Amino acid sequence: MPWLPEHVFSPGRIGAMMLRYLYLLRGSWPRLVEQAYWPTVQMIIWGFITQFFATNSTWVAQAIGVLLSAVLLWDVLFRAQLGVSVVFMEEMFSRHLGHLFSSPLRAYELMVSLVSISLLRTLIGVGTAALLAIPLYHYSIFSMGLPLLAFFSLLLVFGWAIGLMMCALLLRFGLGVESLAWASIFALAPISGIYYPISTLPVWLQTIAWAVPSSHVFEGMRAVLFYQHFDLALFAQATALVVVYLALGVWLFLKAFEVARTLGLLLQSNE
Amino acid sequence: MSGHAIVVEQLRKDFAKVCAVRDVSFCVEYGATCALLGANGAGKTTTLAMLLGLIEPTAGSIHILGQDMVRDRYRVLPCMNFSSPYVDLPQRLTVAQNLAIYARLYGVRRVKERLQDLATELELDSLMARSYRTLSAGQKTRVTLAKALLNRPQVVLLDEPTASLDPDSADRIRAYLSRYQETTAATILLASHNMTEVERLCSEVVIMRAGTIVDCDTPGKLIERYGRKTMEEVFLDIAREHGSNDARWTNRS
Repeated sequence: MPWLPEHVFSPGRIGAMMLRYLYLLRGSWPRLVEQAYWPTVQMIIWGFITQFFATNSTWVAQAIGVLLSAVLLWDVLFRAQLGVSVVFMEEMFSRHLGHLFSSPLRAYELMVSLVSISLLRTLIGVGTAALLAIPLYHYSIFSMGLPLLAFFSLLLVFGWAIGLMMCALLLRFGLGVESLAWASIFALAPISGIYYPISTLPVWLQTIAWAVPSSHVFEGMRAVLFYQHFDLALFAQATALVVVYLALGVWLFLKAFEVARTLGLLLQSNE
Repeated sequence: MSGHAIVVEQLRKDFAKVCAVRDVSFCVEYGATCALLGANGAGKTTTLAMLLGLIEPTAGSIHILGQDMVRDRYRVLPCMNFSSPYVDLPQRLTVAQNLAIYARLYGVRRVKERLQDLATELELDSLMARSYRTLSAGQKTRVTLAKALLNRPQVVLLDEPTASLDPDSADRIRAYLSRYQETTAATILLASHNMTEVERLCSEVVIMRAGTIVDCDTPGKLIERYGRKTMEEVFLDIAREHGSNDARWTNRS
């Protein structure tokens, strides 16, 4: 961005951080395999469940790919969140926040590099599983067409928002909240309506469910798969919610960074 | 621009009910090497962290190269750097990868050439392809020093720059730092427990105790004023005269 001074925003610094995460990914084959491992295992399990239900459930039989699409899209959200929070945890494990934040790197530049590497990790993980589903179950999630791009983007950015919130917690409370960073996303699973319509939930829980963008996305996905209809209202609501959550995630991260500076936590990135 | 690269005035840092640094004021001239001395817990690391922008001061001001570090630290951070044995580099990356990343973060041009120069000057050639986590403590100290000099900083903050080094390596590093300071006219602020190092490298000394400055001058004048022969004796005089931070150690001595 040539209109911004170098000390305010530098693509070079973001590139440097991307390079750091790529070196980490490239230097450890278990890390690389792990990206695709869980999405693939999940896809295989739900593929068999789909095959079973297809002969025993009229609901699933109406749209063969509904469960497989659901599991793959859920993994987009899950991987996007982990792609941010786990990568940030790596910085804390290696106890080098002091070097990072005494360099010209801005907190928001670190955020941009975290979400960029999250996109790459999500594409590797979910992309592998989605491609494997084609020969294994004769189902291609890509047959959804353009709506898939919308669902993918919304879940990806929502995952980033949750990931940034987890990073804020890590900055403030240290690695003591590590398990929360791993597991937090699962709290959203029951109210996201991944495998069932939101109307299945008790009425009081439906109100909460509609407050998260993922519920709109999975309802939208079912509308496409069952009725070949892209529901613009659901898309608009999900987009508005994603913007709110992302703004909250960014604000919390920047706030936690300032609090960490005040409390001297950047030099003590441990439990 | 004043004649000082570093100007610290009435600096204070409170952590909850603990006052880690209190009313600290000192200046370091352009091109000088200044030592920040004190027993463990004296407030040296907190002071260095505030100078680097890692800790927000509770009160007071810091100006480095004429810039207000509290408000405008990102303008001056590209011209600074630091090393500390207590802050690691990413363990799984090689030395070359680590240095390449930091070179880019600091906007260094011709990264490969700069890395090669530093590898030669700090005798890191054989370590460049090795993973950082496989290095000995002394080798890590040399690598973090290389990181601290990547961007040819005008202001260098060094926390125990020769920690964990054998006497021969430590001597080479001191000679290197001396040469670096002479050729670049960089301003160096170093925290050290090695008084030989301080006498050899530093033209100014600031001594801290319990978060405050108890004395500051040139090493020669401090030695003369305290009627001692070495900075080690001066340090012990000050530490024991005022009492240590930890009563157990005071009682032992």
